[in-house]
Amino acid sequence: MIWKEDIETMPLEDLKNLQSERLANIVRYVYENCPVYKDKFDRTGVSPGDVRSIDDITRLPFTTKLDMRDHYPFGLFSRPRTDLVEIHVSSGTTGNPTLVGYTRDDIGLWSDVMARALCCAGAEPEDTIQIAYGYGLFTGGLGFHYGALEMGLTIIPTSSGQTKRQLKIMQDFTPRILACTPSYALYMVEEAKEMGLDPRRSSWEIGIFGAEPWSESMRAEIEAEWNMLATDVYGLSEIIGPGVSQECHLKQGLHVFSDVFYPEIIDPETGQPVAEGQDGELVITTLTKQGIPLIRYRTRDIVSMTTEPCACGRTSPRTSKIKGRTDDMIVVRGINVFPSQIEHVLLGIEGTHPHYQIVIDRQAHQLDSVQIMVEVDERIFSDEIKKMRALERQIQHEIQAVLSVSVEVKLVEPKTLERSMGKAKRVVDKRSL
Amino acid sequence: MNITQLSVFLENRKGRLAEVCSLLGRHQINIRALTIAETESFGVLRIVVDKPDEAAALLKEHRITANVTNVVAVEVPDKPGGLAGVLKVLADHDVNVEYMYGFVEKSSDNALMVFRFDAVEAAIKVLSDSGIKIVGAEHIRGL
Repeated sequence: MIWKEDIETMPLEDLKNLQSERLANIVRYVYENCPVYKDKFDRTGVSPGDVRSIDDITRLPFTTKLDMRDHYPFGLFSRPRTDLVEIHVSSGTTGNPTLVGYTRDDIGLWSDVMARALCCAGAEPEDTIQIAYGYGLFTGGLGFHYGALEMGLTIIPTSSGQTKRQLKIMQDFTPRILACTPSYALYMVEEAKEMGLDPRRSSWEIGIFGAEPWSESMRAEIEAEWNMLATDVYGLSEIIGPGVSQECHLKQGLHVFSDVFYPEIIDPETGQPVAEGQDGELVITTLTKQGIPLIRYRTRDIVSMTTEPCACGRTSPRTSKIKGRTDDMIVVRGINVFPSQIEHVLLGIEGTHPHYQIVIDRQAHQLDSVQIMVEVDERIFSDEIKKMRALERQIQHEIQAVLSVSVEVKLVEPKTLERSMGKAKRVVDKRSL
Repeated sequence: MNITQLSVFLENRKGRLAEVCSLLGRHQINIRALTIAETESFGVLRIVVDKPDEAAALLKEHRITANVTNVVAVEVPDKPGGLAGVLKVLADHDVNVEYMYGFVEKSSDNALMVFRFDAVEAAIKVLSDSGIKIVGAEHIRGL
């Protein structure tokens, strides 16, 4: 079924009119309610009256993660704090996280788009869903929760981890839908086999996987191992969380809910739109969000997009899976990690600036492992093993506290870490996704 | 009265210790005493050599992480209970030993041990006051 059939199958011309009307409204709204945007628009020389059609969107300035950082925590909000009913954070590039907040209407919007996503993947109102995304500050768990609640599914909020319990719950309550990161879905295969379960006979028929990049070969593996349909969901906290776009059962790209999250694909160098079907950076404008609406937000994700209506009946544009990033962000076990966060921690340790390297690996059907190699120079070296171990532990704890991902710290000799053209290579990603 | 120990950071990998030792050997630096403390991923090589200043400069030149540590070389009677006697003196005076190890050569009839103390000066005083012989740097060079 299609959750919002009138909207999701709307003829393109009507959709464009709706987007145009909403864009004009949101531009006026942020201009009047958010001084940061008023200033941004004034400096660009564009006034709300100039925006009459969705095509005028290219006249507006971009919003970046840097803006979120510069105006942390509440500068980009268009509503007073008292109107917010929920706050989430995601990774920031340095000391501060990226803050997002929702008004009651925004939670309604999130519930709506996630209900659309669940339906798009093939959920029916009588289904049971096992939500194995983390609940908490991370938007994955609660985003799915709101959508499932909106749809009237039966929710099993297992959150992430505790794999044996996840599998027992699956056996006992037979949910038809599983929501988690794709790497966790593969990890559970091994655990199931160890428990003597046949993954091909699990109750899960539909998987909704996201929060990290994954390939078609990974999809094929998940589908073969679990005997399920594996679909891709996309979103980012800055926009709403999960629920920006979702694949239907045809798996021909992710349907962007473009009546509320208007997508553009631009050349990250020039900022100009690329031709349809070409790779570029996904830029999203939230057309109806109230708490922290974002105009032309640069996601840094590289995708391509088609506006060709899908055979499923939905008329929304579809993007490819994420093909890369325009920055150095990496996703580890569904958590966004910036090398600069690690640098920031190391800088704070005894005032030194050791050379470091992040090595990420994933063994077959295992979760991602992160090793931080830190070069030991005279400033942090001690002849006492206990002091070296304490240093190792301090680095580990501080990095884990910042990243919310467990890491292993390895102290190495100077000059052992790879440098290309004299420039430090900060990230070695050995995973084949 | 203290002597110089070089503490060298080494990754726990095959051949690394040999590389460092042959570097010293090629430059006619003789190791008089040595110990290694290790974890699963790295180790700390502690050595007393005949030419500590030269050795330190050499390691630095080869970008090998090393520190100079002040340690104390103590003569220990080479007989049952000899070391225990020295340790008792230290314990009775609340002197904490971080670590210790033995020299290859003997000094006269006594064994020679390297002690690493937190409070080097205090430890030296306790040992001297108790009549325990401490060996100086010139003596080490002559071994």
